[in-house]
Amino acid sequence: MSILQSYRMRLRRKHAKARSYRKGLSLRPVADRTSQITKGDILLFSTLRDEDVRLPYFLDYYRNLGIDHFLIVDNDSSDGSGDYLAAQPDVSLWHTSASYRGARFGVDWLNGLQARYGHEHWTLVVDPDELFIYPFCDTRPIRALTDWLDGSNVRSFGAMLLDMYPKGRLDGVPYQRGQDPIEIASWFDPGNYMIEKNREYGNLWIQGGPRARTFFAAEPRKTPALNKIPLVKWNQRYTYISSTHMLLPRGLNLVYDEWGGETTSGVLLHAKFLDTFAQKADEEMQRSQHYRASLEYKAYMENMAEQPELWCKWSEKYINWRQLEILGLMSKGNWA
Amino acid sequence: MSVGIVMLVHTALGRAEQVARHWSAAGCPLVIHVDVSVPDKTYRTFRDALADLPDVRFSQRHRCEWGTWGMVAASQSASKLMLADFAQVQHVYLASGACLPLRPVQELIDYLAARPDSDFIESATTADVPWTIGGLDAERFTLRFPFSWRKNRVLFDRYVALQRKLGMRRRIPGGLKPHMGSQWWCLTRRTLSAILGDPERAAYDRYFSKVWIPDESYFQTLARKHSPQIESRSLTLSKFDYQGKPHIFYDDHLQLLRRSDCFVARKIWPQANRLYDAFLTDAAGAMKRTEPNPGKIDRIFSKAVERRTRGRTGLYMQSRFPVETRENGLTSAGYSVFQGFAELFEDFEPWLAGVTGARVHGHIFGPGRAEFSEGACVVNGALSDSAALRDYNPQAFLASLIWNTRGERQCFQFSPRDNQKIASRLASDPNAQISVISGAWAIPLFHSNGDFTQIRREAALLQQIEAKNIERLRAGWAKARARIWTMAEFIEAPMEPLQTIVDEIGPQEQRGLPGLPPMVDLAGFGQFLQELKNQGMHPHLMGNFPVARGVEDAPDSPRKPYPVR
Repeated sequence: MSILQSYRMRLRRKHAKARSYRKGLSLRPVADRTSQITKGDILLFSTLRDEDVRLPYFLDYYRNLGIDHFLIVDNDSSDGSGDYLAAQPDVSLWHTSASYRGARFGVDWLNGLQARYGHEHWTLVVDPDELFIYPFCDTRPIRALTDWLDGSNVRSFGAMLLDMYPKGRLDGVPYQRGQDPIEIASWFDPGNYMIEKNREYGNLWIQGGPRARTFFAAEPRKTPALNKIPLVKWNQRYTYISSTHMLLPRGLNLVYDEWGGETTSGVLLHAKFLDTFAQKADEEMQRSQHYRASLEYKAYMENMAEQPELWCKWSEKYINWRQLEILGLMSKGNWA
Repeated sequence: MSVGIVMLVHTALGRAEQVARHWSAAGCPLVIHVDVSVPDKTYRTFRDALADLPDVRFSQRHRCEWGTWGMVAASQSASKLMLADFAQVQHVYLASGACLPLRPVQELIDYLAARPDSDFIESATTADVPWTIGGLDAERFTLRFPFSWRKNRVLFDRYVALQRKLGMRRRIPGGLKPHMGSQWWCLTRRTLSAILGDPERAAYDRYFSKVWIPDESYFQTLARKHSPQIESRSLTLSKFDYQGKPHIFYDDHLQLLRRSDCFVARKIWPQANRLYDAFLTDAAGAMKRTEPNPGKIDRIFSKAVERRTRGRTGLYMQSRFPVETRENGLTSAGYSVFQGFAELFEDFEPWLAGVTGARVHGHIFGPGRAEFSEGACVVNGALSDSAALRDYNPQAFLASLIWNTRGERQCFQFSPRDNQKIASRLASDPNAQISVISGAWAIPLFHSNGDFTQIRREAALLQQIEAKNIERLRAGWAKARARIWTMAEFIEAPMEPLQTIVDEIGPQEQRGLPGLPPMVDLAGFGQFLQELKNQGMHPHLMGNFPVARGVEDAPDSPRKPYPVR
């Protein structure tokens, strides 16, 4: 890596930071409980719009893992998400009606909040439809993981996005508030992922899964990226570049081993494909606020008419993290 | 007669207090060393909290940075205090604040009382141990290490390199033979006094203070000088990962720890409440003893190291993506590639599946779609037959197919008509068994009855592609087990090569092949080749087919062209 390239990366990082500061100006605090945050707390950052029905389970899931405080940006919800969140004792809430797309799909807002409140904390950035799974998550709290990462001098932790879907039509079983979404969307693709290395930023670029298989089988290049680095011991110099797919400085993207070994990694169960997806698809098509102008929703709307199922004969039903580790979707690495 | 506990503490003082109370309740005197980096206020609170216990002392505080002399200095001053203040102590046990007694303390006391002269200290010469980290073994004792490995890694590495370059070597003080081992020991009063009171101690200390990780070598070396009876093992269970960092025990290790044969375990995660509750009880509350099975603990932790350093062969995933030259497999298991067979034999695929029991696919790299066996659109792992998806990343497609079907041999057809992007990958994969009947791609052309100019053009192209592929298979870097026959050569005696291939795929139930699949009708093939030649193309990969040969080779019944030998 030449000095020139390093310098260019530095400029990009600075640019992203300046941008997140500027975009952050649109955030208006609704419930600021950040004074509760103490040294060593593990923080969760999220941005959402109209996810009220998912919130009770989402918050409980992460409270159980041991998240100490939630910092959430509400992008102009109209379904009561804001009120619900503002009433939670461990949530700090900001509101904005600015463009989600203009804030690079929320990354700018969260980068700004992380710089301000996340410095020297372990921070987890997830969407309300993502459930973080890591080795031993059924017996060890998230702090066991972050303590171990600290002890190993590791500052970032990768967790691939694993698309979950129901058997049968997506709208076959309606999701109930407070319910574990994996009870409905309990299936996933175990072994059809494609990986390339991003030479510029050093991260892996992972594509595949049910969306590639059904929506994008003819145009694989357009399949959404599944690589994510959601858990980072944050420093105010850091910045996410594209969603939580990659970071600067680049060293944080090296969450994998290149010499044959396996580093420890987790999975984000992506419970997006519920009955709520069809409603969202309609709505988001109007707004065109999502990545690649709602390409995915478009593909979905077109496909869904004829082929309403993501499930196939070789879909695997989710049991636990050990199953994912045996399948080779995540790894214990040297954490035992 | 009793055991004195020297306890080195630097974090999680609450847990350290709990453990200290446990030792003390069993009548063990304690000397506690608290790291200088612990703030004074915290230190005082900790001291006050233990004020009610008898026989607890606090020794002079040192800075205990990992891999430096401070740890030894701390052990020395605490041990000295122990020997001076508690005359009844026969054995001194070195432990840390993150150590947890696994068995009732009385058992340890009885065990040591029965072995009054034994020093329990792991101690081996550098030549005999595999655990050195960072490539420093004998050099630990012959170079100087004034810089911190944790804080000044660059300086540390540069100074080591400089000393190597200049050939600088330290003299090891006379009479010492460097030994290394676990830093957690249990020594007798006699040996420990001899080490601390050694007339040469000043010189030894000076020397060891610049040795790399002296806490793993100071007492281990000097015990060899002074001890009459060394038991070279540690009574403390401590497992290390590939970087020399201790593994940590959590609540879910409870059953594992109960089966350890060690008296003490480290390191325990401070918030492992279940472990502390389970083991820090009085004898009455102690769990029922189980048969020790330390092998199980060993296996779990050595597997973790293996996973981190070698990983699962042929698996490409988010945290394992080996650069091409470093992967030993490319794929996770053996598989077979057949080129020209499906063209030459009718129904070759079902025949092969029947004979070998393997899963036999068609042209999975074929132009239209991936022709999985039995016409499936999706196979194991939800791998799709979409040609676009496959061609987007053919390596990933192949690696996934082989990984997803672990335990079941995969065979597939390949031809110059297929996507060739995978070809060099196949050639370089030691798991690939590739069998080629060269020139057989011409058979479909021969049967096609199309426009001959078109056929001639296509034949030239396919021949070029196959020639290139054969060149790859014969290249120096190729690792696949490749066998290549010309078509003429193969139909001369097809039984033997097929037998060899099938044998290699796996053990068969019956001996010998149950007959061959029928060969396609080749009457007039020689003439067809001659025609190509007449058109100015030179079909050379088929071998020698005389013009009349095709006729001879096709007797009345083309279904049974040769006897089974």
